[in-house]
Amino acid sequence: MGSRASTLLREEEIEEIKKETGFSHSQITRLYSRFTSLDKGENGTLSREDFQRIPELAINPLGDRIINAFFPEGEDQVNFRGFMRTLAHFRPIEDNEKNKNPTASEPLNSRSNKLLFAFRLYDLDRDDKISRDELLQVLRMMVGVNISDEQLGSIADRTIQEADTNGDSCISFQEFIKVLEKVDVEQKMSIRFLH
Amino acid sequence: MDSLALRLNEDKSCLCLGVSITAWLTFLFGFAPLLAVLGVSVGISSFYTRTLLHVFEWANLHMDLRAKEKNRQLFRHDTNGKLLSLKQEIQELRGCAGCLTSEFNLTDVLFFCRKAMENVVDDDVTKRFSPQKLDSWNLLTRNNHNFCHISLRLKVVWVLGLLLRYGVLLPLRVTLAITGICLFLVLSTLVGVLPNTRLRSCLSDKVHLMGCHICVRSLSAIITYHNRQNKPQNDGICVANHTTPIDGIILANDRCYSLVGQLHGGLLGMIQRAMVTSSPHIWFERAEVKDRHLVAKRLIDHVADKTKHPVLIFPEGTCINNTSVMMFRKSSFELGCTIYPVAIKYDPRFGDAFWNSSKFGLVRYLLRTMSSWAIVCSVWYLPPMNRKEGEDAVQFANRVKSVIAAKGGFVDLKWDGGLKRARVKEAFKEEQQELYSRLVVGVSQGADNAASDSAKES
Repeated sequence: MGSRASTLLREEEIEEIKKETGFSHSQITRLYSRFTSLDKGENGTLSREDFQRIPELAINPLGDRIINAFFPEGEDQVNFRGFMRTLAHFRPIEDNEKNKNPTASEPLNSRSNKLLFAFRLYDLDRDDKISRDELLQVLRMMVGVNISDEQLGSIADRTIQEADTNGDSCISFQEFIKVLEKVDVEQKMSIRFLH
Repeated sequence: MDSLALRLNEDKSCLCLGVSITAWLTFLFGFAPLLAVLGVSVGISSFYTRTLLHVFEWANLHMDLRAKEKNRQLFRHDTNGKLLSLKQEIQELRGCAGCLTSEFNLTDVLFFCRKAMENVVDDDVTKRFSPQKLDSWNLLTRNNHNFCHISLRLKVVWVLGLLLRYGVLLPLRVTLAITGICLFLVLSTLVGVLPNTRLRSCLSDKVHLMGCHICVRSLSAIITYHNRQNKPQNDGICVANHTTPIDGIILANDRCYSLVGQLHGGLLGMIQRAMVTSSPHIWFERAEVKDRHLVAKRLIDHVADKTKHPVLIFPEGTCINNTSVMMFRKSSFELGCTIYPVAIKYDPRFGDAFWNSSKFGLVRYLLRTMSSWAIVCSVWYLPPMNRKEGEDAVQFANRVKSVIAAKGGFVDLKWDGGLKRARVKEAFKEEQQELYSRLVVGVSQGADNAASDSAKES
């Protein structure tokens, strides 16, 4: 009982997270409940093993890349704020937000930020471009041992050729946005957070 | 004069206190065990449960009102899910991007990404290994840490409940349990001394049933048996979903079973050895457990003997939280015997029966159970099933599992209960990779051919 009481969420924290991520009060409490149920060590942070314990996530071919997205550069633990910040990318875009003041800072779940999240899944070394090697590595993660190196290589070459407009044999973020311009990213990269 | 009056008053109050304590102790140590032994019901249970439900309703209404005052909704636990197959979703994504649906596209990653996030927020498996979240509060702090600070009235009710549970119910139940177990040990050993006749098996059945009646009373278990005509017969194996070690007692309250399991040490081992002196249970030494052929042989021999009770097996292999049924181990379904499925559903409002063995041990679990309001459960006996022609053990096990899940209102999951402690096998990930690669490999060959064709032409 003692350790549980110390990890209860304070009202001020909930307000701060609300401002930063746009989640509602009840959504934050629900996600906090989920966070604590994943936190087996009960120390207020999640490690990569805590995520790996979710079987459906462990069998996802890109599971490791997604889990990695939660952790800031070079760190092994993520606290609840960081957890919410990453999840905020997948909050659905509500209608009343679309007309908000354009000079306010961009919300975490804007189309551009969602696309940046997807871009970073490919961009392994965070140098803001997807090289042929990086694309090959991610492809290898997704198909496992079922496709030969040559075939995978030709798929990667073709993809880069189609997307690359400035001829540097890499895909930059702008080129990435161009490829996905017709995709309804708002819908495909949002998950339903129940109230 | 005053001091005399004062002294008389004191004497009177002492007398009252003395009488009430004596009455209470007599009830505790004499009357209640007697009632339990004789299997007599005083009809208190339905009154008790109805009163409790009224109190819970009041408490939740109260909390709702308070929450509305603060202009915020109380959060309820709720889940919902919808599944499109991997192929459908990826092709939809590719179509959106305006390319052929049979080539790799940068959009493919969005599918895995969204799936992964959905599973981070909620998944089907990990929540089965922790107690079921209730929609409303049942005045037990263990179920909710935030609720009890909402108002003074609620806190008073909660304190009263606490006093009732720990001051009255818990001592009563513990006494009953200890009396019951001692009585059972003694009588079972005595019956075991008798020669092997019909009289002995009759007596041993009575002793086992008596032991179960007392244990059930000591847990305040209110059990409803449905479809008694399907009760397991002596020629088969009874399988049920597993939530708690108490499952065995709940089933054995209605008829005698032969239990299967590993021989433990300590108190549990003593009880196991006492049980086997009067009735044929199948206990294994630790070393023998690994030998699957030995286990199978003993089971088949036992089932073939029609005078012996049906064997009780829990194929999930571990305790699950009573919201779902997880993968059934196929070993019991390979033996070729008749299977009697049973579904056990606990009502979580009165007390959570699930044993979270990774969080606390058996003794603490029993104390928690004995200090809840009650254990209310329903047991459904389902018609016997046999393996069909051309059906293998795994398919048979899944068929039995879906029947039990349908009856008890559980979610039917293919996941292994062993995931409580172990990691998921790599093979499942490889399966996903293989499924996805089928959506990529078909056309890359075609593209190569087209390229070589166009090269030939030019």
